[in-house]
Amino acid sequence: MMRTARVACFGGIYDAVETDGKLRLSDGRIVDPSQVVWLPPIEAQTIFALGLNYADHASEISFNAPDEPLVFLKGPNTLVGHNGQSRRPSDVTYMHYECELAVVIGETARNVKQDKAYDYVAGYTIANDYAIRDYLENYYRPNLPVKNRDGLTPIGPWFVDKEIIHDPMNLNLRTYVNGEMKQEGSTSDMVFSIPYLIEYLSSFMTLRENDVILTGTPKGTVHVYEGDEVVTEIEGIGSLKNTIVGDEDFHRNGGI
Amino acid sequence: MYRAKAKFTGSEQVDDIRINFIDEVKWNGKTYKKNTLSFQAPVSGTIYGTLFNFRDQQKAMKEKFHEMPYNEPPIRPVLYIKPRNTINSHQHPIPVPSGKSGVEVNATIGVIIGRNATHLTKQDALSYVDGYTVVNDVSTAHDSFFRPAIKNKARDGFCSVGPWIIAREEVPDLNQLMIRTFCNGDLVHVSNTKNLVRSIPQLLAEVTEFMTLYKGDMLLIGIPNNAPIASPGDTVKIVIDQIGTLVNPIIEESTIKPGGAL
Repeated sequence: MMRTARVACFGGIYDAVETDGKLRLSDGRIVDPSQVVWLPPIEAQTIFALGLNYADHASEISFNAPDEPLVFLKGPNTLVGHNGQSRRPSDVTYMHYECELAVVIGETARNVKQDKAYDYVAGYTIANDYAIRDYLENYYRPNLPVKNRDGLTPIGPWFVDKEIIHDPMNLNLRTYVNGEMKQEGSTSDMVFSIPYLIEYLSSFMTLRENDVILTGTPKGTVHVYEGDEVVTEIEGIGSLKNTIVGDEDFHRNGGI
Repeated sequence: MYRAKAKFTGSEQVDDIRINFIDEVKWNGKTYKKNTLSFQAPVSGTIYGTLFNFRDQQKAMKEKFHEMPYNEPPIRPVLYIKPRNTINSHQHPIPVPSGKSGVEVNATIGVIIGRNATHLTKQDALSYVDGYTVVNDVSTAHDSFFRPAIKNKARDGFCSVGPWIIAREEVPDLNQLMIRTFCNGDLVHVSNTKNLVRSIPQLLAEVTEFMTLYKGDMLLIGIPNNAPIASPGDTVKIVIDQIGTLVNPIIEESTIKPGGAL
C-alpha cells in the first residue's frame, strides 16, 4: 500500500489505488478517475490546524511567529474531497486558500518525545485550509466562522504512507489559481516541525489513529473568486483540485 | 416516566430508556435504581462549546471587550471544539493535570442534534434537536480569550456528559432551567437558562448559518460566569432541572487508569 484514495463509485464507497492511470477499486474493478467522486482519503477524527506556522506567512498577515504553536480545531463538516466545491459568500473580500501538509496519526500517542514522533505517524495528505478573514474576531482567533465552514477544507486526493516520504520536512508546496502559480514554499520553513507538534500536543492530550494535523501554510495568499479553480500541490503527495462556487448554487441570499 | 436515551457500559449501542427524577431507570421492561447502573457518555459526534452566552459573563467582560487584544465585543457566538479525547462519563474521574491545584467545572446543557442541520431558522431550530444532557465542560483556568484555548479545554477527560439524553419533548420550556453545581455536597454555583444571551433556538440558527451540525453532534449552550474550581479528592455534582444529574470525582492525572476505574 503506497497511495490510497477513498472514492464513491457504482453506488458504493471503496478504497482505491492507482494503476496505469486508472483506479483499481478494493473489489477489483478498474475504473477511469473521471467515473468516481473523490472523498476525503481518511475518516478524520480530531482535526488540528496550525496558524502562523511559517514565518513568512506570519509576517504577510502582520504577525510575529508565535513562541508556542497556535493550534485550533476543526470539525468534520469542513472536509471535502478532491474535485470538490467550496462556497464563497457573495459579500466577502478576504477568502484565501492555504496549501498545507496534513499529517495523519497512526497510533495512540501520549507524552511522545520528538525523536520518536514519526513512529506515531501513519502518513500524509494535502489540505487546502481556506480562511475567510472578513469574519475574523479577536476571540479564540481564528474563530470558527473563519475556519470551521462547511466544505472549506478540501483534503486529498491520496493518503500517502509515511514510508514513501523520505523527509516530510523538506517538501515543496505550490498553489495554482486558474493554472497560474500563486503560492510556493517548503515544509522546511515550518516554525514548529512535525515532531515538535506531536510532542507538544501529546504532552497535554492523547492523539489517536486518524487524528490529523494540518501544519500551516507558507506565504503567498491572494483573494479567490467564484469560478476559480484552485490546485494545491505537495511534492511526492499529489495535487488537490477545488472549485469556488457562489451563494446561488446554495440557494442562499446573503448571510455568512 | 420520561423518555430518554443512555449508553450503558459494555454496550456500543444507545438504548431507549424511561427515567424519573427519583433516580429510577426503566430498561427492557424492568426498573432499576440509577446508582446501580454504569453509564457511558451518550454522545459520539463533534462537541461544540459556546463562550459568553450568559448575561453575567458578558457584563463582567464589558470593559475588557473594548480593550486590547479584543478591541470590540464579539458579534457572533464565540465557539470552540471539545475533541473526542475529552469525552468522559457519569461517575468516571476527571483528571487534574500535574502542576495544577484544580480545574474549572463549567456546568452546562448539551443540546444533542437529531438530524443534519444546516442554515436553520430560529423557528425551525428545535425540530432538529434530539434531546438534552448534562455536561461538565472542564477547563484549566485562563483569562485570555484571544487564542483558541486548546491546552486549557482539550485535555483528556475534560468533557463529562450524561448520564442520559432526555428527549426534547420532555423539556417543553427551555427558558427557566436552573443549573446547580455542588462540590462535596455544598452548592457552589447556580445559573439559569433565563439568563442566556442567545436562546437555544437562536444559538442553533446562528451557528448553523456557516457550519452544519450533524446528527449526534452536541452544542453546549454556554459556560457560567465565575466557574467554581474543584481539586483532587472532590466530588462534583451538576443538577439541571428536568434534564438530570451528573456526578464526577476529581483525581490527580497521574493516578488515572484506563477505563477510568478509581
